[in-house]
Amino acid sequence: MTDAAEPALGPSLTPVLDVAALRVAFGATEVVRGVDLTILPGECVAIVGESGSGKSVTARALLGMAGADSRTSSERLVVAGQELGAANERTWRGVRGARAGLILQDALVSLDPLRPVGREIDDPLRIHRRMSPAERRTRVLELLAEVGMPDPVLAAGRRSGELSGGLRQRALIASAIALDPPLLIADEPTTALDVTVQARILALIAGIRERGTGALLISHDLAVVARLADRVLVMRDGEIIEQGSAQEVLEDPRERYTKALIAAVPADSPRGARLSSPESGIIAAPSAAPVAMSVRTPSSPAGTGAPLLTIDHVTKTFPVPGGRFTAVDDVSLSLRRGETLGLVGESGSGKTTVARLALALTRPDHGTVLLDGQEWSALDERRRRPARHRIGAIYQDPLSSFDPRWNVRRILADAAAGGRPDARTPSTGELLDQVGLAASVADRRPLNLSGGQRQRVSIARALAASPDVLICDEPVSALDVTIQAQILDLLDELQRERGLALLFISHDLGVVRHMADHVAVMRAGRVVETGDAERVFVRPEHPYTAQLVADAPRL
Amino acid sequence: MSELELRQTTVEASASHAVIRRRGRMPRAGTLVSGAFVLFLVAATVAPALIATQDPNQIAPGDAFSAPSTAHWFGTDESGRDIYSRVVAGTGTSLLIGVTATAIGLALGLVLGVLASFGGRIADFGVSRLVEVLFAFPGLLLALLVIVVYGPGPVTATIAVGLSTAPGYARIIRGQLVSIRSSQYVEAARVLGRTPGRILGRHVLPNALIPLFVLATLGIGQAIVWASALSYLGLGAQPPAAEWGAMLAAGRTYLATAWWMTVFPGLMIVGTTIATTVLGRAMTRRGRSGR
Repeated sequence: MTDAAEPALGPSLTPVLDVAALRVAFGATEVVRGVDLTILPGECVAIVGESGSGKSVTARALLGMAGADSRTSSERLVVAGQELGAANERTWRGVRGARAGLILQDALVSLDPLRPVGREIDDPLRIHRRMSPAERRTRVLELLAEVGMPDPVLAAGRRSGELSGGLRQRALIASAIALDPPLLIADEPTTALDVTVQARILALIAGIRERGTGALLISHDLAVVARLADRVLVMRDGEIIEQGSAQEVLEDPRERYTKALIAAVPADSPRGARLSSPESGIIAAPSAAPVAMSVRTPSSPAGTGAPLLTIDHVTKTFPVPGGRFTAVDDVSLSLRRGETLGLVGESGSGKTTVARLALALTRPDHGTVLLDGQEWSALDERRRRPARHRIGAIYQDPLSSFDPRWNVRRILADAAAGGRPDARTPSTGELLDQVGLAASVADRRPLNLSGGQRQRVSIARALAASPDVLICDEPVSALDVTIQAQILDLLDELQRERGLALLFISHDLGVVRHMADHVAVMRAGRVVETGDAERVFVRPEHPYTAQLVADAPRL
Repeated sequence: MSELELRQTTVEASASHAVIRRRGRMPRAGTLVSGAFVLFLVAATVAPALIATQDPNQIAPGDAFSAPSTAHWFGTDESGRDIYSRVVAGTGTSLLIGVTATAIGLALGLVLGVLASFGGRIADFGVSRLVEVLFAFPGLLLALLVIVVYGPGPVTATIAVGLSTAPGYARIIRGQLVSIRSSQYVEAARVLGRTPGRILGRHVLPNALIPLFVLATLGIGQAIVWASALSYLGLGAQPPAAEWGAMLAAGRTYLATAWWMTVFPGLMIVGTTIATTVLGRAMTRRGRSGR
């Protein structure tokens, strides 16, 4: 390992993790090809890479959990002083929890939904330590307090499903550090969380590291990595292609691949700038035509003319036990041709309900939605149907928005059939071409496509009916940063070509800042701040917006 | 364009790899054996004369109670009738009862399920409570009730079994329809401006019904067991008809001396149930990985 990158803890320390030439293969396919990795106490090393790069498999192999069909080999595999190159399952069980703790992405699936979290945290203590039930109980409460759980006694009795995402992740971290392992492995620990919660979880992990625990952080989110890691390893196709101190790698990357990864992060790149980099030739951009940086066609300035979509003092409530829950509270928004309106907020803030109101999938309790100055929400469905082609939608999880029995051709043909009556029906080939997909994709099913390809098909479907407005509900939050960059560029391009109005919903401030002309910030059903995107991000007026901007990790 | 496309696919190739491998896998040995057994049953139903060694109802008092031998593979009963031939002859009856009863159960379940999921809140409430009440009775008890009212016989037994399986299907079908109706692809179809009729015909029903066929395969085995149980109690097929359940009942008196009279029909019931269940499960697995 590079000596320069070592923290100020001195070279005499024994590493908590020392791996040489780690290889993992599934059948004939080698997915991890000779990874060397050393982590010192108190050091945080991050592995970054796209999905399929082998980073998660590497993390699992370090705990002997690469999978049933896998073959793992290494020249050296020492975890907290114990050689584990030839360890059997029994030995591994002694290592997991005690020498190395694991934090996974989604605590909802990692914690048993039927058991109180207190019992989950108690498990490692019961299995690995000789402690009386009373001592264990005290320790569990201590741990919960340590991870910043409000009211540990109450939380210990709750099941994972009864806790919010952030609290659940805290409980999972508590169970991972219960035995105070010298090594903590965190695989995408904050990917499913809102920015403010993410900031707290990252601070928690940083605190654990301060106590001398070595941490291995696996993430595709370079901004998270920048916040936490001392050293960064860039992984691609099972190999470490670049490594160095976090500052070196993120600010002055040597490899083209690393550069492309960093360039794909939308956070601070200006509106209209391309994120995916066709010139680097590593991460393929869909369109062959290079688009000039930061140029909006002056002939069609964004946001002029009468609003296409108007949401006027709309309120929507849902019945809950003991009253009504107000999901959207007196929200007013307007969207013009060629304009992108970003809608930001944490989960549960009412963003998706606004999308459903705009799509007239649900009726507002008060207020009204107008499409091109005409009644939209107030129409009955029979009268609205003929105009539905004017407003399209793309979703966070495109796969579930396709009929599982249909292939791409049928999906697109079906969508094109219901288009604008005055327009020519576009062919499947044309639609695929527009979104940068090969014609051969037509005969495949969405299940057999990658996440990025699925989202492209989803966009092609939305375009088939030639809409004026496109509602994008978290369209890129399930995608890798490089694929995300391609999709964002594609949306940008299509908007320029067709003068589409986009309602762009996301919890990711970086993405919204890159995409939006105007921004509305939602909190608990209300719009707390609206305005020009740059202004809102640079000089937020509402304290909540300021908090969001401050918490958003960036490079 | 194609070059770019190619690069894009290589990045994600590893992800789709697992799917392809799972799909190409050979059927398991158990599936093959079950398939062979079901083929035999179908042959025995279509052309029992080709597979049986003699007339199932031919009496030979001199040969009564003979143990399994080369002449009589499964032995003979108290009248000297060949058990193997009778088991083969009974296949048609048992399978017919099983398949028909399942069809009745499914059809009824479908009606109830569709009513519950499309008939509005009141219909849903009514059907769901009715199904729950029916669930409270053990299935066989429900079947007995039907027979008490309409008298014993293979036809009533079939209807009885069909009726008593209907609540289970109704509940599953309702659940399927409700989840598909609230699925995102149905919502996507609404956004595209599709009419409810078209959404129902193109998305909801096809997606709900295909898993149902698999479910039906699993149900046939159960229906055969129930029909045999009714025949065993003397409420289904009547002697001297060669039906597995009835044969079990006839052999019960001689269990101590002529075990083959009960064991072989019993094995057929067990074998058929296992074979259809294994096949049904194999189809479920295929369906899951293929989608």
